[in-house]
Amino acid sequence: MADFDEELDASGLNCPLPILRAKKALAGMSSGQVLHIIATDPGSVKDFEAFAKQTGNELLESKEAGGKFEFLIKKA
Amino acid sequence: MSDEKKLAIIATKGTLDWGYPPFILASTAAALGYEVEIFFTFYGLQLLKKKIDVKVSPLGNPGMPMPAGMDKWFPTLFTALPGMEAMMTSMMKAKMKSKGVASLEDLRELCQEAEVKMVACQMTVDLFDMNPSDFIDGIEFGGAATFFEFAGDADITLFV
Repeated sequence: MADFDEELDASGLNCPLPILRAKKALAGMSSGQVLHIIATDPGSVKDFEAFAKQTGNELLESKEAGGKFEFLIKKA
Repeated sequence: MSDEKKLAIIATKGTLDWGYPPFILASTAAALGYEVEIFFTFYGLQLLKKKIDVKVSPLGNPGMPMPAGMDKWFPTLFTALPGMEAMMTSMMKAKMKSKGVASLEDLRELCQEAEVKMVACQMTVDLFDMNPSDFIDGIEFGGAATFFEFAGDADITLFV
């Protein structure tokens, strides 16, 4: 995983909480900063793609490792 | 008029399971940048009570998964037995908690934080002699015309 500025652990949370928490975390960051999100909800993979597409925040990376899903989102 | 997308929802159901779609969709849409309004009418008004006291009923609900495959053999009539509703409700709540599903109160609070506008149907409040002070703060009271004022130029309108 590349560098990031803030981290959000949404492990154990189910839809729509990972998205809502990410939105909140991004709101407190400045443009260009990167948020690292960890989730266990398999639905979050599709959801973060959709979230990025609709909000304009860029999904830099999305990967799965050992039942955890990790995302890097760059604030627009 | 803003260029934000708009989502209008009518929430009509007052059960634990059906309380979720309005709040999940409203909070998520708000996170995606939508302006959202939920119009609560009839049993949906239960979702605006300070303390949400809603249940899930196995009665007349053949699609509801039950523990130990009970839904496959448990006679429908027995789901009407006293205590069944309370039992199913507490089992459902425990399951939701274990799966990391937010409570209705939490989701509602997230909606409020995201400035989702909530409107209580005045007619239903009068019809059922409900006390407006039983409802959470920050809601509005209005009728069908109030709903259409927002829904008239909504991009998505849902009836739940």
